[in-house]
Amino acid sequence: MTENLVSIRGLTVEFRVPRGILRAVDEVDLDICKGEILGLVGESGCGKSVLAHAIIKQVDPNGYIKGGKVLFEGKDVFSMSEEDLRRFRWKDVAIIFQGAQNALNPVMRVFDHMIDTVLAHEKSSKEEILKRSFDLIKMVRLDADRVLKLYPHELSGGMKQRVISAMSLLLSPKFLILDEPTSSLDVLTQKYFLRLMRDIHEKTGITMLFITHDLGCVAEVADRIAVMYLANIIEIGDVKEIFYDPKHPYTAALIKSIPSAIGKMGEIKPIPGPIPDPVFPPSGCRFHPRCQYASDKCRKERPSIINIGGGRLVACHLYTQG
Amino acid sequence: MGSVLIDVKDVSKFFSIGGRLFGKKRSVCAVDNVSFCINEGETVALVGESGCGKSTLGRLALGVLQPTSGKILFRGKDIWRLNRSEFKEFRRNAQIIHQDPYDTLNPMRTIYQSLSPPLMHYKIARNRRECWEKASELLKMVGLVPPEDFLQRYPARLSGGQMQRIAIARAISVNPSFIVADEAVSMLDASLRIEILDLLLDLKRKFNMACLFITHDFGVARYFARDGRILVMYLGSIIEEGPTEDVILDPIHPYTKILLDCVPVPNPEVARSRGLPHLKSLEVPSITNMPPGCKFYTRCPYGEDICSQKVPTLKPSGKDRLVACHMFS
Repeated sequence: MTENLVSIRGLTVEFRVPRGILRAVDEVDLDICKGEILGLVGESGCGKSVLAHAIIKQVDPNGYIKGGKVLFEGKDVFSMSEEDLRRFRWKDVAIIFQGAQNALNPVMRVFDHMIDTVLAHEKSSKEEILKRSFDLIKMVRLDADRVLKLYPHELSGGMKQRVISAMSLLLSPKFLILDEPTSSLDVLTQKYFLRLMRDIHEKTGITMLFITHDLGCVAEVADRIAVMYLANIIEIGDVKEIFYDPKHPYTAALIKSIPSAIGKMGEIKPIPGPIPDPVFPPSGCRFHPRCQYASDKCRKERPSIINIGGGRLVACHLYTQG
Repeated sequence: MGSVLIDVKDVSKFFSIGGRLFGKKRSVCAVDNVSFCINEGETVALVGESGCGKSTLGRLALGVLQPTSGKILFRGKDIWRLNRSEFKEFRRNAQIIHQDPYDTLNPMRTIYQSLSPPLMHYKIARNRRECWEKASELLKMVGLVPPEDFLQRYPARLSGGQMQRIAIARAISVNPSFIVADEAVSMLDASLRIEILDLLLDLKRKFNMACLFITHDFGVARYFARDGRILVMYLGSIIEEGPTEDVILDPIHPYTKILLDCVPVPNPEVARSRGLPHLKSLEVPSITNMPPGCKFYTRCPYGEDICSQKVPTLKPSGKDRLVACHMFS
């Protein structure tokens, strides 16, 4: 295995909600290797965004990091000073939010966004920034001469998304977090964006964490996949292995529940039962009320994530350490 | 198949925009001269990207919006020329399931209070007791058991999946013969989607309802309308129509082909083997400034001169297939 860029150990994030305490991330362990694209998939509300934002110590005001740590190249992110944290964000880690197209300031030209971003982090000349932005805008396949002078309202949704991607790479970060980057794009633009991300990855070797609820998207871009269900990561493995040989019953059921638009339709089966209330999650394995293999052990004891061999990690009592 | 239930004939819908304080009043064409029909009990999926006018078309078919030109016939009668009681009967027959279950139900009313007015209004229940019984029966039908637990609850206490079930119960409560499901499962998680689609299919079969299923997701359309037809819409026009599997496996119109090539598939090998489509341009033309001729001409890799001049109409192309394209028909 290659070197880890990010190591998450025992990370727990909680939120105060009117009905009690919601544990959005529950003692999660996750390693992200240098130079890989890791896809983080899960249904809405499973905690995937919270987990990603916690990597840069960013939690909504009603939430807090209860425990655990995040190591970025061996440095403990949670013990950084405010100033170090500010430098760490964007310079080391950039993040593209869901609907980030709307984050552009409507009264600033694209180029002014670029200048602001660079000057907030380092000293640089206008010419230097222009050259860098020019190359990046070209890399995301836009007409740099024109686009840099435009205001956000003159760009389409797909163009804004590409401008944001170029901006996120402005300070050559080592790690890029993409949080549902394509959910507001149409199918064609999405396809181009996914391909673009792969190209950028091949060119720069940047490590990416790609968060999505759409299994089709990760199938296209990710090297490895981590599957999340109710605040827990329940399976991690190589993209092909996850799709063609899912180990955890939830992963298997999730893949079976998606009708494909091409090729043979195959057997489509729903996952029985509702998604449990995250404020009062089920005991033991979080998936046991919906799992057809659930035993007494699953009801009582929470399975920890174990290595079953071949770089495959699964949190399920059906499997033993290999 | 049965007889024609809904017949949409040359329907167009224009919306006017601007015209306040500043700016000139302009009109945009959301639905452009569209014709199609739905038979009794048939399932038709209407697929298109956001903003192509598919929801507008659905609302026109329901009689919620009045077309700028053209006619919509329900069992042979123009719905905008019905008398009061006939129109009321049409309204009972044509129901809708919206995309967002949270917006469908009034948060200040219990489920029973939301379900009962139509039952009383259409005299499906004659008194309160019958109404309660009928409402319980409906909830059982959509799999919310025991119904007593749900009738007195407020929508805020329900999950998205449960609420979509209530929305389905509300739609079928007045025994409609036609249902428009407008992105009915797009808000739901993957694991819940199939359950709701199966429920809807089951009820549809049981009560022989026709369904216009509006979605942007080809996979969902394929699953739901597997025994029916697919209509593909692009910028206000239907550009391809045919039996579901035929269109999915052998698309004819370049737009349908490209769209199907770009749909994300949950299969890494297939997903990576597919190249990028050779589009002339990624940008969708603005609806306020539509190109003359074929609307896909500005992006189409196969377009020739004729495409930029003449609007293609839907023409038969093979068995049960219709395509609006100068190059492939």
